[in-house]
Amino acid sequence: MAGSPTLLPESRLGSTLRRDAWWVELVPVIILLGGFGLYATLRAFENKYFEWGPYLSPFYSPLIDPQHHWWKFSPALLILAGPLGFRATCYYYRKAYYRAFFLDPPACAVGESSKRNYRGETAFPFILQNVHRYFFYLALVFLGFLWYDVVLAYDFGGHFGVGFGTLVMSVNIVMLTLYTFSCHSLRHLAGGKLDCFSCASFGKSRFAVWRGVSFLNDRHMLLAWTSLITVGLTDFYIRLVASGAIHDLRLM
Amino acid sequence: MSDATLRVFRGVGTVGGQTVDYTVPVAPGMVVLDALHYIQGHLAPDLAVRWNCKAGKCGSCSAEVNGRPRLTCKTRMDDLPKDQPITVMPMKSFPRIKDLVTDVSWNYQVNKKIPAFHPHQNTDWKISQIDVDRVQEFRKCIECFLCQDVCHVIREHDAKAKFGGPRFFVRVAGLELHPLDAGNRVGLLKEELGIGLCNITKCCTEVCPEEIHITDNAIIPLKERVVDQFYDPLTMLFRKIRGQ
Repeated sequence: MAGSPTLLPESRLGSTLRRDAWWVELVPVIILLGGFGLYATLRAFENKYFEWGPYLSPFYSPLIDPQHHWWKFSPALLILAGPLGFRATCYYYRKAYYRAFFLDPPACAVGESSKRNYRGETAFPFILQNVHRYFFYLALVFLGFLWYDVVLAYDFGGHFGVGFGTLVMSVNIVMLTLYTFSCHSLRHLAGGKLDCFSCASFGKSRFAVWRGVSFLNDRHMLLAWTSLITVGLTDFYIRLVASGAIHDLRLM
Repeated sequence: MSDATLRVFRGVGTVGGQTVDYTVPVAPGMVVLDALHYIQGHLAPDLAVRWNCKAGKCGSCSAEVNGRPRLTCKTRMDDLPKDQPITVMPMKSFPRIKDLVTDVSWNYQVNKKIPAFHPHQNTDWKISQIDVDRVQEFRKCIECFLCQDVCHVIREHDAKAKFGGPRFFVRVAGLELHPLDAGNRVGLLKEELGIGLCNITKCCTEVCPEEIHITDNAIIPLKERVVDQFYDPLTMLFRKIRGQ
């Protein structure tokens, strides 16, 4: 039996008695989310290589004023706020970036810089997270356009065809749809807001929908990452084809 | 049988104290609470530890083992690395009384703010199973307060005066989502329990020994109800038109 100095860690950034490498969890978030943010910004401003044949990049869809009649900048800048807002206010991404970028907290039971006046999501700017459901409504509109783009991606000069890009766009739209329909706000609107499914009008149907959304919602983190990766890769593939760096492989 | 060193916090009151190393023989199936009992029985009879059932159901033996908030009765010694002393500290978010025992009475003060179950008039006490299933999860809470301990709003920002904490969001969810309850605690959630201070970083869910999906099934649904009532103009307008 031996005494040693007090071990209760003081609250300062990173202080903890945890033995595991708690910071490892932050690394993929910083790389993937930071990398995607950088890539998407560069692509939004690039204003070229966003369409080839029947393919249109999801970063530029819906394509508005590509001939620059009234908007002289990149058309992506007109629309990116929609999908960006949906992801930025998403309950999963909030957890990810509060931890990885704001270190608030960096990890569970790990100290943070607590000197400032913490207001959470009660004051500007984070109080705006409460509009997530409106970005969800907007995301549905974007999904409609993206599905339309995928249908067009099977049309090679008036004939049905399938290129590798068609498959890439198809996988992407499925992942985006699953991610959108796993949204916490949708889960609430579908039935979560009810206290009593069995007493409400269409209660059984709403319960079935709520249960389906809950199933997807359990996988919200997985869908958030996979859809982020597929949308980035889809744009990257179309950019490669449109810039002539590679040729699209025609499968049918 | 091998030995392990436990580095246990010792001290009276909220100020000062130190850790003391104790060597404990490790038997198969032993948990950290067993090791603390060994210390009490053989090495330091004055060691203060709060415990009761030793079966993960009373929620008394919460502490921080190797920096992680855990029930000591559910933390197996053979799951912990023995190459360094195993630290056992009191919950950081609450005032220390003695050694590993903390004063959790603030939680009971918060609890008193929450209006109890209030049934509709002429309630038919039959509840459909699909309605029971959702609120049943919240009844699993054993009030170990590990979620309160790990929540950074309490732990790092010491916002006890204006925040309820995950345990009480679970309690409110159990009432608000109850099919027979007629109360409305959404205003209380926003104003007095400060649900907006929660930035949903999910540490409460990570430490819950009952595996309640605190963030996804309690806090976020409640946040959405706060949005319904205070932030969503369309829902507010719709409610006004319907005279609700």
